[in-house]
Amino acid sequence: MSEAMRELTYAEAIREALAIALEADERVILMGEDIGVYGGAFQVTGDLVERFGEDRVIDTPISELGGAGVAVGAALTGMRPVYEFQFSDFSMLAMEQIVNQAAKIRYMLGGAVNVPVVFRMPTGSGLGGAAQHSQSLEAWFAHVPGLKVVEPSTPHDVKGMLLSAIADPDPVILFEHKLLYKTKGPVPEGDYRVALDKAALRRAGRDLTIVATGIMTHRALEAASILAAEGVEAEIVDLRCLRPIDGEAIVASVKKTTRLLAVYEGVKTLGLGAEISALVAESEAFDYLDAPILRLGGAEAPIPYSPVLEKAAVPQVDDIVAAARGLAQGRV
Amino acid sequence: MPDRAGAAHAPHAANRPPVYFRLSASDALDALRRMHRIRRFEEAAEESYVRGLSYGTMHLSIGQEATAVGICMPLTDADAITSTHRGHGHCIAKGADLAPMFAEFLGKETGTCKGRGGSMHIADPARGNLGANGIVGGGLPIAVGAALSAKRRGEGAVAVAFFGDGANNEGAFHESLNIASIWKLPIVFVCENNQYAMSTAIARSTAVRDVADRAVAYAMPGVIVDGNNFAEVAEASFLAVERARAGDGPTLIEAKTYRTRGHSRSDRNRYRTREEIESWKQRDPIAAFEAEIVALGLATREEIAAIEDEIRAQMAAAVDFAMASPTPDPADVTRDVYSPRRD
Repeated sequence: MSEAMRELTYAEAIREALAIALEADERVILMGEDIGVYGGAFQVTGDLVERFGEDRVIDTPISELGGAGVAVGAALTGMRPVYEFQFSDFSMLAMEQIVNQAAKIRYMLGGAVNVPVVFRMPTGSGLGGAAQHSQSLEAWFAHVPGLKVVEPSTPHDVKGMLLSAIADPDPVILFEHKLLYKTKGPVPEGDYRVALDKAALRRAGRDLTIVATGIMTHRALEAASILAAEGVEAEIVDLRCLRPIDGEAIVASVKKTTRLLAVYEGVKTLGLGAEISALVAESEAFDYLDAPILRLGGAEAPIPYSPVLEKAAVPQVDDIVAAARGLAQGRV
Repeated sequence: MPDRAGAAHAPHAANRPPVYFRLSASDALDALRRMHRIRRFEEAAEESYVRGLSYGTMHLSIGQEATAVGICMPLTDADAITSTHRGHGHCIAKGADLAPMFAEFLGKETGTCKGRGGSMHIADPARGNLGANGIVGGGLPIAVGAALSAKRRGEGAVAVAFFGDGANNEGAFHESLNIASIWKLPIVFVCENNQYAMSTAIARSTAVRDVADRAVAYAMPGVIVDGNNFAEVAEASFLAVERARAGDGPTLIEAKTYRTRGHSRSDRNRYRTREEIESWKQRDPIAAFEAEIVALGLATREEIAAIEDEIRAQMAAAVDFAMASPTPDPADVTRDVYSPRRD
């Protein structure tokens, strides 16, 4: 057997990408709350302040609006800031700067400028954070022209996509599911890039397509193993990019499998699943469908605290298995 | 025409305001040109609206020209400003050409923003104007970011954030002043206190009497100037910009001024009296500046008349250019949302 590629956790892969960018480009600066000596709320930035100094790994006061806006202004004037929100929920305090300013400045100014800022957002439930520390707000940002929105599911992808995001001339929102930080996977050494507009086929299958994002990709893969034992072969498309969304990858898979299940952690109604469904309904894949399209999303409720309720609020492996089984067996 | 009788009250040369020890006669005439450009631009904007030639909203700064021009006196193209919804004056004071600005006002492809921004987003990034802003307080954190860039580059550039009295109650104002102060950034915060946030008088909206008092909470100097007095504004700006360039951190300047026009097109002026408006019109900043530089021997009435003619001709040419310019192609509605791909 050849030498296996070294493995890193998702958090280590992010840190490695940040270190590579800081090393390669003087314009790159990191900003955020407690990203310095504390190492970040999820220990993502870790020792970067010791390696690159307080001038480049900048602790901000608890001022999300101001801090995000400073990052926007620095990006507009030649820096390459990467701003970390401790929790994506806190970005609600900075929506003005992200949505009204960062996303629109280039367009409002007739293309004369660009805003190369990256906002990193720890997202999702599963750690007992309750309603204000556990939301999945990807669709909010993906609704805004001018932003690019990605949600990598593996250490390999998060490193490559973060390096792409830092090099990108436009604002990029990078969602990192909190439950992924400690997961491990193969990560190449050095600088490499993963595109910000391409989905990934994680598993080939003939019976149905499951389109998933972030942590849901892993749950869908686990569900697919269980389904395979029953003779149902699910194809898993890891969406990775929400804006722009890779419609081609979804349509191609649905044409092959003729059935579609969209799985995402955000609230089901008016969310990512609606876009995935509509995209297929409006495409040539519509004529290939042998069953209605199914969506499996978060409950119509804030994320609750009690672990029993928290689990019930977002799709779990069993839910995916049941939905996929029903869809494949024509019981929908 | 504004009352020009102010000459009688102009200071004697022996009481020369300090800023004139920094400025040559040609600097003063250049400042006057900019003030007239602002006034003519906004009168042309108003006229085009009345004649049904312009489309969206606009916010006029007539009466506030001395603040915009005075603040920009120490700035170069390397220094950044962020502006407000009432931003024509800042843009012109920072050196913008009138023709593309008026084309922007009329939504033309030749405009400063190719017709995508309009009056509320007029900008001139090549001269350091990062743009007017439709969100009250929106430009403050962006200016702090520009100051962070300037500090990192270490070339002595500064940033100036213009905002109105209304913005001083936005969270963005407080967060921006605090961040700029703790990081000692090269920035000047300029509050154009024109007394009203739309219809709300400052006494009804703000717990402190003077916006400059807010500076204490953020450990920076808070300076009050008569915003209709060019020399006072410009001197305060020179001092604040010198402090910023020297690495001593931010300053908050509050310029007390007045907009003699309404907030925007929809304003019926029901929150203030005709007498109040008239009393401020008697304090017209352009007339006062002209009287002052004549009294100081920096300009003659003939030179001033020639400047007025020159600017009227410039403005007429700008309007002609804008009127004759093409509208954007509807097929380009999604152009410039993102940067071009660099494969």
